[in-house]
Amino acid sequence: MVSSTQSFTFNAENLARAEKIIAKYPAGRQASAVIPLLDYAQRQNNNWLTQAAMDTVAKMLSMPPIRVYEVASFYTMFNLKPVGENFVQVCTTTPCWLRGSDGIVSSCKKKLGIGMGETTADGKFTLVEVECLGACVNAPMVQINDDYYEDLTPELMDKMLDDLKAGKKLAEGSQTGRRGSCAQNGPTSLTEKAKTNA
Amino acid sequence: MLEDKDRIFTNLYGFEDWKLPAARRRGVWEGTADIIKKGQPWVVEETKNSGLRGRGGAGFPTGMKWSFMPKPSDKPHYLIVNADESEPGTCKDRDILRYDPHRLLEGCLLGAFAINAHAVYIYIRGEFYNEASNMQVAIDEAYAYGLLGKNAAGSGWDCDVYLHRGAGAYVCGEETALMESLEGKKGQPRNKPPFPAGAGLYSCPTTINNVETIAAVPEILKRGATWFASFGRPKNSGTKLFCISGHVNQPCNVEEAMSIPMRELIEKHAGGIRGGWDNLLAVIPGGSSTPILPKEVCDTVLMDFDALRDVKSGLGTAGLIVMDKSTDVIYAIARISHFYKHESCGQCTPCREGVAWIWRVMMRMVKGNATVEEIDQLMDVTKEIEGHTICAFGDGAVWPVQGLIRHFKPQMIERIEQYRKQAKAA
Amino acid sequence: MPKLTINGHEIDVAQGTSVLQACEQLGIEVPRFCYHDKLSVPANCRMCLVEVEKTPKPVASCALPCGDGMVVHTDSVVVKNARENVMEMLLINHPLDCPICDQGGECDLQDQAMAYGRDSSRYNEAKRAVKDKELGPLVSTVMTRCIHCTRCVRFVDEICGTPELGGIYRGESMEIGTYVNHALTSEMSGNLIDICPVGALTNKPASFTARSWEFQKTESIDVFDAIGANIRIDTRGNEVMRVLPRLNEDVNEEWINDKTRFAIDGLKRQRLDQPYVRRNGKLQPASWNEAFAVIADKIRTVKHEKIAALAGDMVDCESMFALKMLFKGLGSTTIDCRQDGSDYDISTRASYVMNSGIAGIEEADAILLIGTNPRHEGTLVNARIRKRWLRGGCRVGLIGAPVDLGYPHKFIGNTPSSLADIASGKHEFAAILKNAKKPMFILGAGALARADGAALHHAVRELAEQFNAVRDDWNGFNILQLAASRVGGLDIGFTPSNGGAGTAQILSGTMDVVWLLGADEIDTKKLGNAFVVYQGHHGDAGAHRADVILPGAAYTEKSGIYVNTEGRPQMALQAAFPPGEAREDWKIIRAFSEQCGDALPFDNLHQLRVVMVGHAPHLANIGMATKAKWSAFGKTGKIASQPFAPVVANFYMTDAISRASVTMAKCTEEIRPYQLPEAAE
Repeated sequence: MVSSTQSFTFNAENLARAEKIIAKYPAGRQASAVIPLLDYAQRQNNNWLTQAAMDTVAKMLSMPPIRVYEVASFYTMFNLKPVGENFVQVCTTTPCWLRGSDGIVSSCKKKLGIGMGETTADGKFTLVEVECLGACVNAPMVQINDDYYEDLTPELMDKMLDDLKAGKKLAEGSQTGRRGSCAQNGPTSLTEKAKTNA
Repeated sequence: MLEDKDRIFTNLYGFEDWKLPAARRRGVWEGTADIIKKGQPWVVEETKNSGLRGRGGAGFPTGMKWSFMPKPSDKPHYLIVNADESEPGTCKDRDILRYDPHRLLEGCLLGAFAINAHAVYIYIRGEFYNEASNMQVAIDEAYAYGLLGKNAAGSGWDCDVYLHRGAGAYVCGEETALMESLEGKKGQPRNKPPFPAGAGLYSCPTTINNVETIAAVPEILKRGATWFASFGRPKNSGTKLFCISGHVNQPCNVEEAMSIPMRELIEKHAGGIRGGWDNLLAVIPGGSSTPILPKEVCDTVLMDFDALRDVKSGLGTAGLIVMDKSTDVIYAIARISHFYKHESCGQCTPCREGVAWIWRVMMRMVKGNATVEEIDQLMDVTKEIEGHTICAFGDGAVWPVQGLIRHFKPQMIERIEQYRKQAKAA
Repeated sequence: MPKLTINGHEIDVAQGTSVLQACEQLGIEVPRFCYHDKLSVPANCRMCLVEVEKTPKPVASCALPCGDGMVVHTDSVVVKNARENVMEMLLINHPLDCPICDQGGECDLQDQAMAYGRDSSRYNEAKRAVKDKELGPLVSTVMTRCIHCTRCVRFVDEICGTPELGGIYRGESMEIGTYVNHALTSEMSGNLIDICPVGALTNKPASFTARSWEFQKTESIDVFDAIGANIRIDTRGNEVMRVLPRLNEDVNEEWINDKTRFAIDGLKRQRLDQPYVRRNGKLQPASWNEAFAVIADKIRTVKHEKIAALAGDMVDCESMFALKMLFKGLGSTTIDCRQDGSDYDISTRASYVMNSGIAGIEEADAILLIGTNPRHEGTLVNARIRKRWLRGGCRVGLIGAPVDLGYPHKFIGNTPSSLADIASGKHEFAAILKNAKKPMFILGAGALARADGAALHHAVRELAEQFNAVRDDWNGFNILQLAASRVGGLDIGFTPSNGGAGTAQILSGTMDVVWLLGADEIDTKKLGNAFVVYQGHHGDAGAHRADVILPGAAYTEKSGIYVNTEGRPQMALQAAFPPGEAREDWKIIRAFSEQCGDALPFDNLHQLRVVMVGHAPHLANIGMATKAKWSAFGKTGKIASQPFAPVVANFYMTDAISRASVTMAKCTEEIRPYQLPEAAE
């Protein structure tokens, strides 16, 4: 539950985006835009949603606020309380677990000195456990903010967190240099393409 | 083994660029208008004849699904592309979305034409941020080059495609939950009837197809139904994307012919089982909801709808989760139960209450802190959920546990006995 | 007309009938929790699963339309198992705290668990606990008991039009609540207590006071507005413990408003329980004989044209009739039942009732509200309008003080000039009324009680005729009365006649004796120096001004006929005894008449009713709204330009009972229109 005294206004850029989004749906169906608008609101508000932000979206879409709260609390990507600058989401569902997500979890906990669902004192990191993110052949993996980091080992995870702490930008995707979902040792199909584009 | 020339997804690994020029070089958007000129009945019929079955898990024949759409009326028709890929073990659509978005868009136009729709919504899971970004760029390119919008690709058919990002809910992969979500509500599945073909998105006639299904359509129509039907066994025809994860030497995605033996698939493309085939314990063959198969079955089973159904599992999304003998298989399934507990929408009683119950019992089974009778009781509880819920989520949530009990009951009993011994010793 | 077979019985049903409804038609019980025949159908509880031949899985009968040739079983092993299974699932996280639950004894979950459940649970895990929600002063929550049927969510959304409840979070963590704590703002929120099938939402003021099986149940009629909601009064001993709705599809369906349900604690406070006589400026206890003697002595000293009677808003027909007879005997016809001072033409019944009937609202396809806020003046009429709007194809316009009605409506204006805009076709809503097949005009006290009320009344009658709202097959000219006693009072002629004067003169300070029969909604200063007799049940405005107080009975303490705004006479039954020395009102009047030496010609209530029905025969048709004859009624006059003002300042406190109610005081304090926190734009 958040204080109702906070206020929220979309900035001009997001307001323009919101209008474009609403136009994607038939007239009178503007409620369809609730997820994208909440997403913009969250992005504008340090990756979490205040009640004021939800109420603003409700107003814009002529929805009863409760319908917006329902949506915001139903979908896992909406954060209803503040999160750290780097929102570290470790997948621990079976395919990632089979490939060692336990090690990734320990590495994160140790490196950040926090438990699951917690935020570092400096507000730089929040660590959460998430369900399957749909990159199973590149397991184990984590999502930090918008990007996936795949084919991890505890050592690679440590290094990523060190780099983030140092303010370095990470390269998204496979951390072992794999191309997409292609086998690490090279493709067993589309081999000609692999050669010409190597 | 499927030859490269017969592969549809020729940029599966992103060796080439994903934008329009490179896509055109791969043959995407080539002759699209010619297909549409053959008329709607031809498109539907040819798709039917190809034997294409939905690639999202249920395997419903695509052409037949299209033919359920009513005659055009004053209500608009909608095509929805289900890109809410969230089934654990599955990551095939992601490769299409990020590396071959134009192939999907071409399919959108053809699919929309087939069902008399002029508007297509692609519902993509929210976590696929970069994939959505590529997809949106591709949509913008397609509009810029007249491939979408009015008289799309010079076909005479108007077709708008909109990308809609979700926000984290596996259940939105269920078609009516997806429509609810797209309408701006919680992703809670609807009661059927009415079925989407009658009253779907915004209460209008709607067809929902999986990304891979729609993306395969252009190539099928261009090369012909016979070509596609020549792969795999009858009623299981075509090529298919497989995702092989878990304890294999080379986890990967690959496009193969349907009905390929599981062992061949794993050994040829995924580098075999860690420690060799004999080190295999079990495989979940088609994404988390399909029941687990022990090695004896995996030795010979074919990867298609019917073969896997015959061994009481399913092809599902064709996402294989491989486990070698080091695996605590009870935990592997318990973790899947946790997934379903986390993703249950909470709307209907058996799923909301039962799936959480199952997870709690499963976690005790992992420790062995249970009685042997409770294994049968657990099976019973799964049956209380199965077939009693609004949507198929409840079924998918309990099948993995049923599969575990079916094939690994001795291991579960052993765990219980072990726990008792330790408790006694302590 | 599909024909299907259920448990071997063939039945023809109307198109669109659900299998569950078909079962009900056959008298076959199908257990259910989420299904409620006044709400949308989510089919989420799964309790009503039935077996349909050629269908692989059991099907939720509430959401399954009957199909021709369907063969349904509700008594098969499959169905028995399905019910047992669902019941087990519902109970695993239910606290089973029936011994401390107010719902105990009248709980659907309890009853259906007994009928359809297994005898034991196999659940050995930790149970879920859910934090209780704060929903205001009326509805108490124990959310751990919630079974997520969502009836409450649908009720506030669909029936009340105040979408404030929702299912927050998901899966087993789903919780019903408002997310942001605030009191529910609907005037009908108490119905949540009835529709909640478990003990999650219970009656807050009545918490832990009684068990359902301890009650004496009396079927009666509500008097807090002119709807005449059918109620059941539950008493224990002589104490009114609670009020519940009774089903009457024509009147209140199965709802009552929150004042009806919760103002009853006011029946226990500020009661007049013995006669009083003012001596030396102070009201002092007296005996009945003393009180009667003082009044009789006073009356003997004044001219009979200076004796007046004014009846209040909650008075039964019998009491008014007895008083009218008494005054006739005293030689006075200066009596009035319109304490609001309204003075429109009442020469024909059609001029003061809701001619279409409340249920008739469901037939209307355009509704114009004039000088009324039905949400506060007739909550269930408003609910009916909302129901009609929700079905689609009906637009609502409002001429009156702007207000949130709980459904979209066209605000036309707040002055009488808008009426002219409709009549002239200047306003767009005129076209909507013109094109409507069954246009409706609802005229309220905000117009009728104004000084120019009579002229407005006339203008709206003309408007109704202009838009063809009055025909043989349809009468859309509707008065929404505010007072439970009003139509009855007008029906029995509790109005001035033969040179007698009305409310305006009674309240002009020129009377010598004024008898107030439960009349409190007046400015008592306007009584001047009159000797005031107050006959009533509460020490409210009238009693404070009185020279003699005659303690009467409240509506729960007497049997009486009330005629609702439709003109439907309904009989309230006595559920308790008046406190102390207080007596039923007709008896007081009858006793006083004897004191005056001219005893009224009836010795019991039955005899009184016989005489009364002789004067107003339709009062014998209990429960029936007799169609009123139409004529060209109305008094023309000048219409002022001042805006319409709300007549109900505070819904929760409108009369002597609700003003004495602690619960209503809490509502007044805590229930605020739910507004969005200020969002900078």
